[in-house]
Amino acid sequence: MSKPVVATASLAGCFGCHMSVLDIDDRILQLIDLVEFNKSPVDDIKTFTKTCDIGIIEGGCCNSENVENLKEFRKHCKILISLGECAIMGGLPAMRNGIPVKECMEEAYYNCPTIDKNDPKIMPNDDELPMILDRVYPLHEIVKIDYYLPGCPPRADLIWEALVALITGKELSLPYEVLKFD
Amino acid sequence: MADITLTIDGKTCKAKPGQSIVDAAKENGIYIPVLCNYEGLKPAGTCRICTVRVGGRFMAACTTPVGEGMIVESGTPDIEDMRKAIVEMLFVEGNHMCPCCEKSGNCELQALGYRYQMLVPRFPYLWPASQVDASTPKIFLDKNRCVQCLRCVRGAVTPDGKHVFGLLNRGDRTAIAIDHALASKMTDEMAQKAMDSCPVGAILRKEVGYVVPIGMRKFDSKPIGSDIGQ
Amino acid sequence: MLDVIRDVQSETGSVSEEAIVQIAAAMNVSQVDVEGVVTFYHFFSKSPVGKYSVYLNNSAVSFMKGCAAIAKAFEQEAGCAFGKTTADGNIGLFYTSCIGMNDQEPAAIINDVVFTNLTVEKVKEIVAGMKAGKSAKDLVKQFGDGQNQSELVKSMVNNNIHKKGLVLFAPFEAGSAVKKVATMTPDAVVEEMKVSNVRGRGGAGFPTGMKWDFTRKSEGPKRYIVCNADEGEPGTFKDRVILTEMPQMLFEGMAVGGYAIGADEGLLYLRAEYMYLKNYLENVLEKMRKNNQLGKDIAGKKGFNFDIKIQMGAGAYVCGEESALIESAEGKRGQPRNRPPFPAQVGFMGKPTSVNNVETFCCAARIVLEGGAWFAAMGTLQSKGTKLLSVSGDCKKPGIYEIEFGTTVKTLLEECGAMDAVAVQIGGPSGTCIGKKDFGRRICYDDLATGGSIIVMGPKTDILQVVHNFMEFFVEESCGWCVPCRAGNKILTERLEKIMHGKGSATDLTELESWCAIVKSMSRCGLGQTSPNPILTTIQNFRELYEAKIQKGKDYVSEFDFAAAVKESCAVANRKPLSEGH
Repeated sequence: MSKPVVATASLAGCFGCHMSVLDIDDRILQLIDLVEFNKSPVDDIKTFTKTCDIGIIEGGCCNSENVENLKEFRKHCKILISLGECAIMGGLPAMRNGIPVKECMEEAYYNCPTIDKNDPKIMPNDDELPMILDRVYPLHEIVKIDYYLPGCPPRADLIWEALVALITGKELSLPYEVLKFD
Repeated sequence: MADITLTIDGKTCKAKPGQSIVDAAKENGIYIPVLCNYEGLKPAGTCRICTVRVGGRFMAACTTPVGEGMIVESGTPDIEDMRKAIVEMLFVEGNHMCPCCEKSGNCELQALGYRYQMLVPRFPYLWPASQVDASTPKIFLDKNRCVQCLRCVRGAVTPDGKHVFGLLNRGDRTAIAIDHALASKMTDEMAQKAMDSCPVGAILRKEVGYVVPIGMRKFDSKPIGSDIGQ
Repeated sequence: MLDVIRDVQSETGSVSEEAIVQIAAAMNVSQVDVEGVVTFYHFFSKSPVGKYSVYLNNSAVSFMKGCAAIAKAFEQEAGCAFGKTTADGNIGLFYTSCIGMNDQEPAAIINDVVFTNLTVEKVKEIVAGMKAGKSAKDLVKQFGDGQNQSELVKSMVNNNIHKKGLVLFAPFEAGSAVKKVATMTPDAVVEEMKVSNVRGRGGAGFPTGMKWDFTRKSEGPKRYIVCNADEGEPGTFKDRVILTEMPQMLFEGMAVGGYAIGADEGLLYLRAEYMYLKNYLENVLEKMRKNNQLGKDIAGKKGFNFDIKIQMGAGAYVCGEESALIESAEGKRGQPRNRPPFPAQVGFMGKPTSVNNVETFCCAARIVLEGGAWFAAMGTLQSKGTKLLSVSGDCKKPGIYEIEFGTTVKTLLEECGAMDAVAVQIGGPSGTCIGKKDFGRRICYDDLATGGSIIVMGPKTDILQVVHNFMEFFVEESCGWCVPCRAGNKILTERLEKIMHGKGSATDLTELESWCAIVKSMSRCGLGQTSPNPILTTIQNFRELYEAKIQKGKDYVSEFDFAAAVKESCAVANRKPLSEGH
């Protein structure tokens, strides 16, 4: 039997969830035996080369590129997992959700203390740049998500247990210590 | 007066007349989850998480006194699922950013989320536009995190009987507010008390923070209610 | 405190921060508590509401009758949007929940004066009058029927009584009920109520005799009778007509209640929308005092002391709930109390209190005169006597119908001229929406219970729009105390909208139904326990309307709108939005 294929991505996230994947320590060797990675920062494959069994996404959607990426994943993955608080509920980037986009952008490009000089005031607007969304969206508001693994980051043990359960078809047990929202 | 006998989930319990079902359960080693209820304060029945079924009717166990021969259903799958729904409603009703909240690990709402193994709320996020009121000298009032349990409203009262916190508006706009005139005279002790009584991170003291390190916080390793029983 | 705030509001057009500080100091409470009361009620406002404040009813029936065009006309003529005040501070435009004029919509209240059957022409005249500085009262050109024409009312409101029955609209001789009750013992009065088996007319249907018995037996040196004249259930206006035409009978009914439970004080909690009746009612009370029908030693009976005070509400549906009403009458936010204790034990000012509906007191007066057995001979097994119905919506003869309990919906529809009805909302938003197959059912507590609201929907009315209107109403009118009602109704409305916008799946519909059950089970008072009913009963009886809106064969549909989501940021950055995938 061929190994299940896994793809991963970080959208509006901090890559902390990916770090937590690495935090499974020596079990990473078992993981490599268990699965094959496709599009993922782990192996640096940039585009999908085949249909994947499991897609794991950290981060929510804050711009148009995130949305496109997410939809690509939904198209190519049989199972999609929201990994971490940002994917599940927007996380820290979603703290901007109550603030008008205009105010956020002006703060970022005109007014914030680290802007040394932006005169005349220029707002980046090249077509190559992703377009900012009106707010940060949790993944399941845009595509169907099959599983959720909370945490900031999700504990390595939670990720490991969930993956093993998915791959082997065993029931996932959630010990108290591994299910956390921070 | 003589003790009252009742059963909670089939277990025979003794209780004192006038005692609430929540307290009676607690004394008999049965945990009924609470969020708005707080020791020393008159029960308010705002969160409804302690809802139980008595004679086919749902009622809040914190505001309902025990009765002789009462048969209380508490931990049934349908009630537990509705309790979980309450937790989820609170998570979508506010903006609960656990990773950046000082109360994380000591937060009772979060702890209930853990207890009910909430992976994602079943309800859509409502993204309310809430404010932080940092205008008083001793505390921050972060309305994004408030669950409107009214603990602060009931508990923070001046010696001459005035409420330091109050409820404004109604419907989905209902929100806690602080009395600015009274808050300006708040002592550190009062501020600490208000913060301690807040189940979430809506009331935080200024100039102190993150006192307990991660790993040693209240709910890091033990579920809420584990000190009481099942 | 409500009276003080009300005075400040009507005299200065708002309750400003400074006013709050002053009221708090005068009443020795914290400012935040005063602000809490001010912001709870619809007719109080911290910001100025204009020299003329227009409150246009936005209930479902108002929309059926053309509210949208009226709103537009007001905005155009006044020159400001709803929710705002004109730049010169002259006119403020606001929406408000049902004002008890459903049989003459669209209707609005301007400075306590009611304007009904509004047309674009009328709006033009009204706004011109306001701009010319005329008083709102002077803008009323025609007066309604019956006592609406009387000197102290002078209102354009119509009674529209289409059917009179034996209990409420039979002739009533002033003074007869107090005279009769003075010959009875309080025990006998309660007994007569029990024999009549009269049940609360507000909708909940609690046996009145039992309620009075409980209250009477509660310990305490003082007890209260409170009349709930806060009919806020959209589509209910029957109490308004009783107050207009039968106030004498109502007040005597309250005196009967006072005599029965041993209360010497009564309170009429009158909804703010009926402010235009206050002077008229005060005058009736004054006359009754002069005629020894109220006051000391009523009807010459030593020790039969009873008087009535009118307490104005300030705009809050939830105050129709008896314990919320008591809280409000005490000058607080109108939040229901936890029970036990019940008002019969601990009520107004902490004293045993019986809160009864306007119509219930009228029944009591009639029962005293005619006897419990006479009353019980009418109606069905569980529902005795007659019921006053407020019929509105898509029918030819909207108005008041006093029917015998047990009348079928079909008979009522024939009487009011609604033979093409597709759906009927029985008991207002918190009641039941039934379809044709149920028109043979009977109006009574044993079958279709109602506090009096009957809203007819014809083939042209969009039932889902009505459901949505009802849900918005509950979101606004929830007192906000408990989570399932405060957050739950908002969530239900969101999901309903998702489905109505064609973005729903079968899963969404199933979830919506199960969420309704959660809100009903977990909510603290009757509001949240019934607020999901518009959705639930229409899913039950009109499922096809929902089925037609959902996307078939999908278990997930996203509401995400790419173009809308990028619009603002592109505008800020001055770039052309690209379509998705580019």
